[in-house]
Amino acid sequence: MHRNNDDNQSGQMTTLILRTASTYLMPLLLLFSIFILIRGHYEPGGGFVGGLIASIALVVYGYANGLKRIKSFLQFHPGGLIPTGVTLAMLSGIAPMFLGKPFMTGLWLDQQLPIIGHVGTALFFDTGVYLVVVGTTLTIIFSIGEEIDS
Amino acid sequence: MVILLALMVGLMYAAGIYLVLRRSLVKLIIGLILLGNAANLLIFLIGGITRGEPPVIGEGEFTLGEVYADPLPQALILTAIVIGFGLQAFAMVLLEQEYREAGVTDLDSLKDEDTDDQ
Amino acid sequence: MTDHSILIPILIQLTTALVLLFMWNRIHLQRRASVIGNAIGLAYAIYLFQKVYNQGILVTQGGGWEAPYGITFAADLFSASMILIASASGFAVSIFAAGSMSKRRSMFVFFPIFHFLLMGIIGSFLAGDLFNLYVWFELIIIASFGLITFGGGKRQLEGALKYVTLNLLASILFITGIAFLYGLTGTLNMADLALKTAEVENKNLLTITALFFFVGLGIKTAVFPLYFWLPASYHTPLSAISAIFGGLLTKVGVYTMLRIFSLFFLPDPFVSNVITVVAIFTLIAGAMGAMIQNDLRKLFSWLIVCHIGFMIAGLGMYTTIAIAGAVFYLFHDIIVKTNLFMISGLIHRITGSFKLKKLGGFYAHYPSKTLLIAIPLFSLVGIPPLSGFWPKLLLINGGLDTESYWLIASILVASFITLFAIGKVWIEVFWKKGATVTPKKHFVTFGELRYIHKVGFVLPIAALGAISLFLAFGAGWVFTVSEQIARELMNPESYIEAILNQNN
Repeated sequence: MHRNNDDNQSGQMTTLILRTASTYLMPLLLLFSIFILIRGHYEPGGGFVGGLIASIALVVYGYANGLKRIKSFLQFHPGGLIPTGVTLAMLSGIAPMFLGKPFMTGLWLDQQLPIIGHVGTALFFDTGVYLVVVGTTLTIIFSIGEEIDS
Repeated sequence: MVILLALMVGLMYAAGIYLVLRRSLVKLIIGLILLGNAANLLIFLIGGITRGEPPVIGEGEFTLGEVYADPLPQALILTAIVIGFGLQAFAMVLLEQEYREAGVTDLDSLKDEDTDDQ
Repeated sequence: MTDHSILIPILIQLTTALVLLFMWNRIHLQRRASVIGNAIGLAYAIYLFQKVYNQGILVTQGGGWEAPYGITFAADLFSASMILIASASGFAVSIFAAGSMSKRRSMFVFFPIFHFLLMGIIGSFLAGDLFNLYVWFELIIIASFGLITFGGGKRQLEGALKYVTLNLLASILFITGIAFLYGLTGTLNMADLALKTAEVENKNLLTITALFFFVGLGIKTAVFPLYFWLPASYHTPLSAISAIFGGLLTKVGVYTMLRIFSLFFLPDPFVSNVITVVAIFTLIAGAMGAMIQNDLRKLFSWLIVCHIGFMIAGLGMYTTIAIAGAVFYLFHDIIVKTNLFMISGLIHRITGSFKLKKLGGFYAHYPSKTLLIAIPLFSLVGIPPLSGFWPKLLLINGGLDTESYWLIASILVASFITLFAIGKVWIEVFWKKGATVTPKKHFVTFGELRYIHKVGFVLPIAALGAISLFLAFGAGWVFTVSEQIARELMNPESYIEAILNQNN
């Protein structure tokens, strides 16, 4: 077993296989999470699941290469994603109120966009949920990881 | 199936209450988790177990098909699971903090607040 | 009547919380933003109240789905006045917190969580659907968990552990009740449930469901056998946090009980009897507990338990006059209990202690502040023209109508013991001679604070005192409002009509 001594602080579980695999898995999983996010609403998927997949991608990468690497990759504290996500979700919720419709009524564009398909407030709401889930999960994992490291 | 699940729910409630009444803090948390899951299972059971289609109205139709699964218990359970997850995570962190501060996991030792002020 | 703007009080709190989260490290800005946010919230609550007062029940459906299917929000007079009172007390606490809290490293999370808590409270007043109500409850308890552990320390964690455990248990029981109700009727919309529970044939199962709700809400409300977490935890956090907890959290439970039980479970002789007996024991047990306490905040915590009994008693009697009394008491209690915990914070800041034995000479040293403090203390006891007196009068009236003499006796006993406990506070803290300042290291006494912080301490106490006086001298008008609320609760047809037939 080869062990990375430079920046791996999260323990003994790391193997070469996991580290190599995680490098390829992370972008794939992140893309997949966005696919799941956009696919949601009419088909199984959505912000919650997508957010979980995205955070799994980041966490797997973090376990393999050390949490420091993931922090330098992100460049900001994931806690900031929580208020951003809630704000996005709230704005997509109040948007219909400006048009005199009830809170959370779905507003949809008439035309389909290429690749993404129908775009409506529900998609923005889901994106908000996605960000909140990623932010919360990573904040929890980071704070636990920091405690273990220290 | 219904009877089996009903027994299961009953057993989980009983086990949960038993664990909550124990003196150990760890068992307390496990008991609360069991009770939360038992409640979710109860909603699932009470919503009616059907082998039905998802409650989506098909293209060109105006009503639901004949047999469809009730979406409301599912939505309720999903919400309850997510909320329960958050609360239980919080309770565990609290327990850990408490253990660090006090160094005990025995509920009987938590009497400082009830005994009067010195 | 459909009106989408009734959600704005919730959105104001949510927006404030988010703005505060974005102000991460600037505590000075956070303080100001919190006060401003609550001021806007209070102004809107006043507007909403007068709108509902003039136009009747306002309803909106989330997402535009019609009534039994969509997420219903309804503001009737009860909801609107509760939002008004909660906003007023939230506003006062936010000024108090801005003035009283020292700058600490973890300060920055306090104000956002506080606004999430207020959002949950206002949301549960507006919810017209049990599922939605459950979600607001969970939001309240998550936020309150965050607040009660705020600061840490052994005693506080112990208190928090009891609080967390019993509140988790309460929500599990509550959701079990919801599950049964859904199984019995197939709906969770409160207006729809009111119609469908009347048709349920298995009345015994309905009674059992009612008891699940009673126990679940009873833990949150701190009624007789289930109140032990309250005196064990409410005196441990910072005063501003105790104030919002003592003022609002248990009262949300009372509000929900009044709403739910009047809609589906009452009148039922068995449930009424259970509630009445529990009310009697709550009154006596809370009063007895308060009598022996030597710590200011513990004493007030026990008085919270005791006075919950008055409101539950009103529900137990279930006549218009008794419910009106309970509703009036609810208004009075939120204002006074919030004020009491802020007062305990002020006394602690001035003297450095919460212990009755160490305190003393307050009247000789601070006569003007004593006058300010006297208003809520005497309102609590219910000395005739003040605000605690009128609702008790209504409750006793209701008791005479329904011939529940045990209840009347326990109301009187509890009132007398409250008088005794407050008299003890008065003698020990204000009249007794004694050293007022016991300086500790790193303790900034009131005199050393900057002027603006002093204002932050005294202004909210004075403001809530003024509201108490208004409730006392405007009792005629408050009575009309609470009587109308009671009539709407007793005859929920208009509520059901407004929700289910809003499109006609």
